[in-house]
Amino acid sequence: MQRFILIAVPYAWLLALFLVPFVIVFKISLSDIALAIPPYTPTLKDGFAAFVAGLDFENFAFLASDDLYWKAYLSSLQIAILSTFMTLCVGYPIAYAMARAPEEWRPTLMMLVILPFWTSFLIRVYAWIGILSSEGFLNQFLLWTGIINDPLTILNTNAAVYIGIVYTYLPFMILPIYAALDRLDGSLIEAAEDLGCSRLQAFWLVTIPLSRNGIIAGCFLVFIPALGEFVIPSLLGGSETLMIGKVLWEEFFNNRDWPVASAVAVILLLILIVPIVLFQRNQQRQAEEET
Amino acid sequence: MNQSVFAPWDDPTQKPLIRFKNVTKRFGDFTAIDDLSLDIFEQEFFALLGPSGCGKTTMMRMLAGFETPTSGVIELAEQDIAPIPPNKRAVNMMFQSYALFPHLSVYENIAFGLRRDNMPKADLDARVAEMLKLTRLEKFAGRKPHQISGGQRQRVALARSLAKAPKLLLLDEPLGALDAKLRQATQFELMDIQEKTGTTFVIVTHDQEEAMTVASRVAVMDEGRIMQVETPERIYEAPNSLYVADFIGEVNIIPCTLRQTGEDRFALDWLEGQAPFTAISNRSFSDGQAGHLALRPEKVSISAERPADAQNTVQGKILDIAYLGNLSTYHVEIPGGRIIKAQTANTRRISRRSYTWEDTVWLSWTPTAGVLLEQ
Repeated sequence: MQRFILIAVPYAWLLALFLVPFVIVFKISLSDIALAIPPYTPTLKDGFAAFVAGLDFENFAFLASDDLYWKAYLSSLQIAILSTFMTLCVGYPIAYAMARAPEEWRPTLMMLVILPFWTSFLIRVYAWIGILSSEGFLNQFLLWTGIINDPLTILNTNAAVYIGIVYTYLPFMILPIYAALDRLDGSLIEAAEDLGCSRLQAFWLVTIPLSRNGIIAGCFLVFIPALGEFVIPSLLGGSETLMIGKVLWEEFFNNRDWPVASAVAVILLLILIVPIVLFQRNQQRQAEEET
Repeated sequence: MNQSVFAPWDDPTQKPLIRFKNVTKRFGDFTAIDDLSLDIFEQEFFALLGPSGCGKTTMMRMLAGFETPTSGVIELAEQDIAPIPPNKRAVNMMFQSYALFPHLSVYENIAFGLRRDNMPKADLDARVAEMLKLTRLEKFAGRKPHQISGGQRQRVALARSLAKAPKLLLLDEPLGALDAKLRQATQFELMDIQEKTGTTFVIVTHDQEEAMTVASRVAVMDEGRIMQVETPERIYEAPNSLYVADFIGEVNIIPCTLRQTGEDRFALDWLEGQAPFTAISNRSFSDGQAGHLALRPEKVSISAERPADAQNTVQGKILDIAYLGNLSTYHVEIPGGRIIKAQTANTRRISRRSYTWEDTVWLSWTPTAGVLLEQ
């Protein structure tokens, strides 16, 4: 009995905070827009038979017919994939340097990676506006050094979105890779060199494969939230930046079209299920390898 | 006796494979290796023996190329190896942790070094198969390191380091992670493989029994210096210092004052009012010099009556008996409160043991049994 209660707690948690909200969102996505509170029909007030009869897949058909949504999904995927790759390129050397640093420095370095989380995410993204705008610190600095004569337009372009995503999600990339590299036995690298590898070969043949699980975990931890990202594209991006998170926000708050917004969210979730399942498989395999 | 005893170190015409010339290695203020010179010959099984922190691992890492000497020269086949990086040296190392690549199969681990030399596929397959056969791992070629036992991993590490047929193989505490039974079996296996391949082995160990079993010569190290380099028998029977005598095996150390009584005979006054001991030594000591008699427990006999013909006898009382199965060690208190250990082989069943606690017994040994040492 006690065991049953123990298992019931997490299941109740998942049911209340994941499954029930999803069912509600899914139901709204099958509804029609209405000028009412809540802004859709049918509701259970209409009676069960009318409620079921009122549901349809109209909104999904609409999403398929309007190429804005397709483009938004594709562009989100592209931005998420590219920025994940860029985060990896920036994060891996940092994680590597941390793992190679003297033992007594490591807690400090770790602290420095986590420190930005102490400030609000929103404020940190706002701060980038001050850095990237045409009168911002970056342009002022570059003008002062004489590298450029006219200020660069970075803010309100996709470049600013990439910078924002890489900056924001960098710790999620660094930490799992650092954990993998930290566990790496240094004598493996020496063994590889002893057997005829150059430093670079040893890195490529031993370090990279053995930190693979960290790389995969880091990439998913960046890719999944980046795909649905809304704050960064709306603050740093411009009119050309088309991301599904932004579209969803506009449907919801500007158009007050909850059913279409919900349909967008459901599709986004379906797209995300693929990488999430892959990610969990990777974690599972890693756990199996360690036992 | 075997006519062709393997002893290149006694032959002045032999050129050593490895030569340490006044090598010093410092890490900051700490001197790990202190002005050390040493020759190691081809096909030797050479053991570096010492307590942890004595510098033996540093010597090995300098040979492998992971450390460079602060001063002095290390020669391999008469060539200074300082400028050669580890991946270009004809030296391979077997790591204490084995350092097997966890993401590669046993086969790929062994093939790893050969692939770096771009060996043709057919030759590579043949060489790996040969190594698998040598280490009896044929059945495990496809397994990953975490799917095999500790003893098998040890053999994979050995096969991997031998695959490139190095001039010199370094073994860093190769048997440290194995249990006692497996370790003994593996010691003989190592000697077999060394003989079959004719490779020069340098083994680092803190286990004196292991060093004595496998090595052709043993170097006993302490605090970055070599105390003595000799064959295992001579290290044991003729240690050149108290440190070596004490480090290798069990020993009774009796401080005494020396008097020369014959050409190579000395009388040892060890306690006032007691008859002096007699010892034979071909080293020279001045009269009245303070020295030590180092006496191995198994060379001390124990008897109930005073043996009539023995030159060194002393009476004492049994304080303790350590029963080791095949041997028993008696701790006997002699006049002056000194404890002498005497060891006897248990050729009889223990129920018929002749002596027990608190018995008064006689200890005796021959004049050649002990070794006279200065300090």
